[in-house]
Amino acid sequence: MPVLTYLEAIRQGIWEEMERDPSVFLLGEDIGAYGGAFKVTAGMLEKFGEERVIDTPISESAIVGAAVGAALMGMRPVAEMQFMDFIACAFDQIVNMAAKMHYRWGPAVPMVIRGPCGAGVHGGPYHSQSNEMWFVHTPGLKVVMPATAYDAKGLIKAAIRDDNPVIFYEHKFLYRRIKEEVPEGDYVVPLGKAAVRREGNDMVVITYGAMVWAALEAARELEKDGLSLEVVDLRTLLPYDEGAVLTSVRKCNKVILLHEDTRTGGMAGELAALIAEKAFEDLDGPIMRITAPDTPVPFSPPLEEYFLPNARKVVEAARKLAEY
Amino acid sequence: MKSTMLAKKSKPGIKPDAETLKRMLYFLKLTREAERRIERVLYPQGKIVGGVYIGRGQEAIGVGSALQLMEGDVVLPSHRDFSSFMIRGFSLADIIANWMARADTPTRGRDNTLHIGDVKRGVIPIISPLGGTCPVACGVGIVLKRRGNGNVALVHLGEGTTSVGQVHEAMNMAGVMRLPVVFICNNNGYAFSTPVEKQFAVRNLSVRAPAYGMPGKTIDGNDVLVVYRAVGEAVARARQGNGPSFLECMTFRMAGHSAHDAAEYVPDRVLQEWAKKDPIQRLEKYLLTRKILTRQQIDDLDRRIQKELDAAVAEAELRALPKGETALEGVYCEPDCWWGKAGFRIRDSGFRSEKQEARSKKQEEAGIRV
Repeated sequence: MPVLTYLEAIRQGIWEEMERDPSVFLLGEDIGAYGGAFKVTAGMLEKFGEERVIDTPISESAIVGAAVGAALMGMRPVAEMQFMDFIACAFDQIVNMAAKMHYRWGPAVPMVIRGPCGAGVHGGPYHSQSNEMWFVHTPGLKVVMPATAYDAKGLIKAAIRDDNPVIFYEHKFLYRRIKEEVPEGDYVVPLGKAAVRREGNDMVVITYGAMVWAALEAARELEKDGLSLEVVDLRTLLPYDEGAVLTSVRKCNKVILLHEDTRTGGMAGELAALIAEKAFEDLDGPIMRITAPDTPVPFSPPLEEYFLPNARKVVEAARKLAEY
Repeated sequence: MKSTMLAKKSKPGIKPDAETLKRMLYFLKLTREAERRIERVLYPQGKIVGGVYIGRGQEAIGVGSALQLMEGDVVLPSHRDFSSFMIRGFSLADIIANWMARADTPTRGRDNTLHIGDVKRGVIPIISPLGGTCPVACGVGIVLKRRGNGNVALVHLGEGTTSVGQVHEAMNMAGVMRLPVVFICNNNGYAFSTPVEKQFAVRNLSVRAPAYGMPGKTIDGNDVLVVYRAVGEAVARARQGNGPSFLECMTFRMAGHSAHDAAEYVPDRVLQEWAKKDPIQRLEKYLLTRKILTRQQIDDLDRRIQKELDAAVAEAELRALPKGETALEGVYCEPDCWWGKAGFRIRDSGFRSEKQEARSKKQEEAGIRV
């Protein structure tokens, strides 16, 4: 089976959907002739032509709004935000136009907004954000962030086939750093389902995105202490897999919620409330959160390193939790 | 609506025939009377839920433009274009029931005023943050252009809305991509309480159009024949693949921004001036002078319209309010979608007529991907 990077897996997923369904088309800045800032869409203009791979002006609002219009006309547009940090420029079109349209008057709005997110590459405040919670907080949207190459291909296919607006976050740190065997041909990873990355008994780390790898690294380290860590990868943040979260909490009784996003208003807060509501009796210790602090993503390497969660921080927290 | 024929091959409707002229008068009057009934009768009676926004005095814009629509075209009306909805086949009872927040409506109680749309009828509604439909119209235009049937998108916006950033993004995109979109700007003098002198530095907005690579025209928005002709020309341009246009229709907002806006900031003198240019009076005079209609026929029309309204209001009032728990349904479009069960067309080929649908099926079978 071919070994693909996370980025190549996304490219293959989009490519296969473009071949399979003529209503799928792409629009965004520099995606055609240049092949995309990270080359995700390399080769697609040559293969599919300029009616299906559209190089747009710098107009995030118009890009997303045009995707909405095209979706209403029966197409399946995939709009790229060159960096997910720039998605803020299209905010009104996403939360007011796309998200609420089906609820208000019934049409399907099948569209995907995809782009690179996340820190760890010295990108500074506008090339490093994890802003997924703006959209997790918006009913009507779906929000996805794969952590593995296999999932990246399967989830982008599922997102394109979904009849709702899906915000698809691709963690740029993972683009070329992770690779695995990815099956050729069609397969789909369903939205709304978490995955257990590692089975364990003593405590569970619930996380998503690049932090899945930090959690796995921490788990290997903690094994030496005789601690068995379960790692759950949410994969979809909205709608999230409540069942999987509660199952692991009830099994392990101690939980660490981990994300690269900042603390206040982050996914960990949402999950902590859910766990306290529905699995209070199953907890043998306080719910712990490991997140970035409430600051913009800083640029200089020592600042960014201090800002980001990592395996070492997870290990420290797990050891504390183990003593409880 | 115009008969089904390939829009690309259609001749632009510049001079309306007698039938179209009568339809113009009917829709102008129906709009005026329906909005009067909503604003001045039902609203004070407490039968309308929420705010009331009407387009009194501006009816010629919706009527003159929507009568140029053919099958497969798409219109994105503003809240001042009640007539566009009627011309595209929405029922009066449905619209009034929506004002009354009933369950059996195009929005099932989820949204108010004219925020109603229909995939089948080719109508996409506004959202309250105005200007958002302009980029949406570009997306519609991208698809229509690709399908190559000569269909167009008409998007309506007010002069105040032209100050919104994404309107400029949309005009630029339409220009550079040569999209079949006609931007119809209703310049009615006021955006809520903000007069045009505080809204923009230019005298007329049509000067902006060449900056985006499209022709712009300022016209008398209170003359339905002028609107009809100008929209016809713009639509013909777009159908032939020559790209977008911008039309600024000069008119005046004869009511407040909404029903609870007394609009005391508008000088009486200005209202009196514009009352003399009333679009309905002008078309009536035109039809009477040319003996296309008699005074008796017009009076009969007035009576018929009142009866239509009575019936629609009566029907709307019979409809129940929605049950509270239905608020949870239909957030997502899923295979067994709540909207689908209620008989709405959710996921289909979009605003394609059956003929266009059959044609594109043939194309796909022949390996031509659209």
